[in-house]
Amino acid sequence: MSSENVERALESDAPLSAAVHQRDVAHAAAEERSWREAAVVGRTVTINRPRQEVYAFWRDFRNLARFLENIESVEPRDDGRSRWRVAAPGGRTVEWDSVVTADQPGALIAWESADGADIRNTGTVEFRDAPPGRGTEVTATIVYDPPGGDLGKLVAKLFQKEPKVQTRRDLRRFKQLMETGEISTSAAPDPEHAGAAPRGGAQAQG
Amino acid sequence: MRALTWHGKHDVRVETVPDPQIVNPRDAIIRVTSTAICGSDLHLYDSYIPTMHKGDILGHEFMGEVVDVGPGSTLQKGQRVVVPFVIACGKCFFCEKQQYSACDNSNPAEKADMSEVLYGYPMSGIFGYSHLTGGYAGGQAEYVRVPYSDVGPIVVPDGLEDDRVLFLSDILPTGWMAAENCDIEPGDTVAVWGCGPVGLFTIQSALLMGAHRVIAIDHYPRRLELARSMGAEVINYHDVKVREALYEMTGGIGPDAVVDAVGLESHGFTIDNMIDAVKTTTKLGTDRAHVLREAILACRKGGRVSIPGVYGGFGDKIPIGALMEKGLQIKTGQTHVQRYLRPLLEMIGEGKVDTTFLISHRLPLEDAPEGYKMFKTQQNEVTKVVLKPH
Repeated sequence: MSSENVERALESDAPLSAAVHQRDVAHAAAEERSWREAAVVGRTVTINRPRQEVYAFWRDFRNLARFLENIESVEPRDDGRSRWRVAAPGGRTVEWDSVVTADQPGALIAWESADGADIRNTGTVEFRDAPPGRGTEVTATIVYDPPGGDLGKLVAKLFQKEPKVQTRRDLRRFKQLMETGEISTSAAPDPEHAGAAPRGGAQAQG
Repeated sequence: MRALTWHGKHDVRVETVPDPQIVNPRDAIIRVTSTAICGSDLHLYDSYIPTMHKGDILGHEFMGEVVDVGPGSTLQKGQRVVVPFVIACGKCFFCEKQQYSACDNSNPAEKADMSEVLYGYPMSGIFGYSHLTGGYAGGQAEYVRVPYSDVGPIVVPDGLEDDRVLFLSDILPTGWMAAENCDIEPGDTVAVWGCGPVGLFTIQSALLMGAHRVIAIDHYPRRLELARSMGAEVINYHDVKVREALYEMTGGIGPDAVVDAVGLESHGFTIDNMIDAVKTTTKLGTDRAHVLREAILACRKGGRVSIPGVYGGFGDKIPIGALMEKGLQIKTGQTHVQRYLRPLLEMIGEGKVDTTFLISHRLPLEDAPEGYKMFKTQQNEVTKVVLKPH
């Protein structure tokens, strides 16, 4: 492991790009958390809305299920934790509790899974002003512990074998919802479910 | 409803499919009254375009009557509208800059990966043109779902019949933008390669914008005749060497602006046809890169190169030296249709722009497969096929 590479990634003007291409960064992330191993995914997107509004929408965790494809629901609880529920193949669900570890209004939200989670994960989403008139730059970074066995297969399926693909699709949906009030779809009409609105559509706000 | 669906090479069928529904708040459903077969539809017909699925509904040039709206639509039932082929959200950075064909949101998240890999950033959504551009059902059908209907469709007055406004959906603004990209100045000569629908509308637009002369280049007699009737001088490249003729006709200076309204089918990597702004079925020789090369070489020093013709992959032997040493400027891109609808509709209403001369055939939707066949095989005679679903 090269801490030199980690340092270099962190000092880069594009730290996310540097990090996800540095295996050493994933190793360092695992070591820091005492995990067996870690995977790092991330993506930056510019959203043509004010920073406070974008932050507030994300901070209401119930909204996450509207654009994170694999998340069935996120229910905030009174103790500051939230319950994440993920739809799994075969009608199963995987659930875990998540704890907010940092919250800087308008700037940053960080969370991590509570002890005992099947899929250990931590995430950070940062909000910065884009150049004048262009809204907000949002960078999401997720570090997770890829489990083995059946769960490993589930995670691989959830992330469609390429976690970057899932992350960029999720952030595209987030951007669509914030900017247009809806999530773009070209899905063919289903004659058996006529009139059913897709998730994230009908009650969208922007 | 009935719709024209794709099943494979030279296999399109009119089938009964589920009716479209309102899905998102800003959607509208249009009852299609007129829809045209585009030159670029032939690329789908010839099976050049990847990411087509069996059963996909084709068609990106269409208009009709609003029959249903979501709560976020600004349209009203009963209105007649023409719908742009480019789907644009109206809210993103690009739409706010009126660069509608660069819309960041209209290509669904799960469809946008491929063009992001190919071009660095995802393309906008387009009706009826493969899953690269969103997988949206097209308008060669009785009904069609129109997303972001508060941004795209333009309401047309009842006094203007379909034939006069249908081409606002694509080829008319595409020709207009091609001419606009020539930055025409008084005294200018504009040379246009390709007299398909886009080339012909470019000629019309360039003259309206004050070009001194327009020179049209093609080899189909019927199309050159149409170009001449619109006020262009013509070059049949079967008869003369194009560069020599242009040199002679421009006093040895060369055209001030050149337009490649042909485009390119790159070899092996056929996404070049992905979305078509060319709208021409004219094939200028077998080596299609030849047109862009010839246009760049023929252009005068310090002149302008406008490329409405579609390129999707990689071009070989583009004369980058001539481009740089002569100080040429290039402008290109898929048409920002929404930007041009209102001024062009006004010009149609005032009689300054005519689109009806182009239509050579009108068919019921049920005969669409025959329409595709004749559009492909009789390029001299068949300049435009309009389908009537109702």
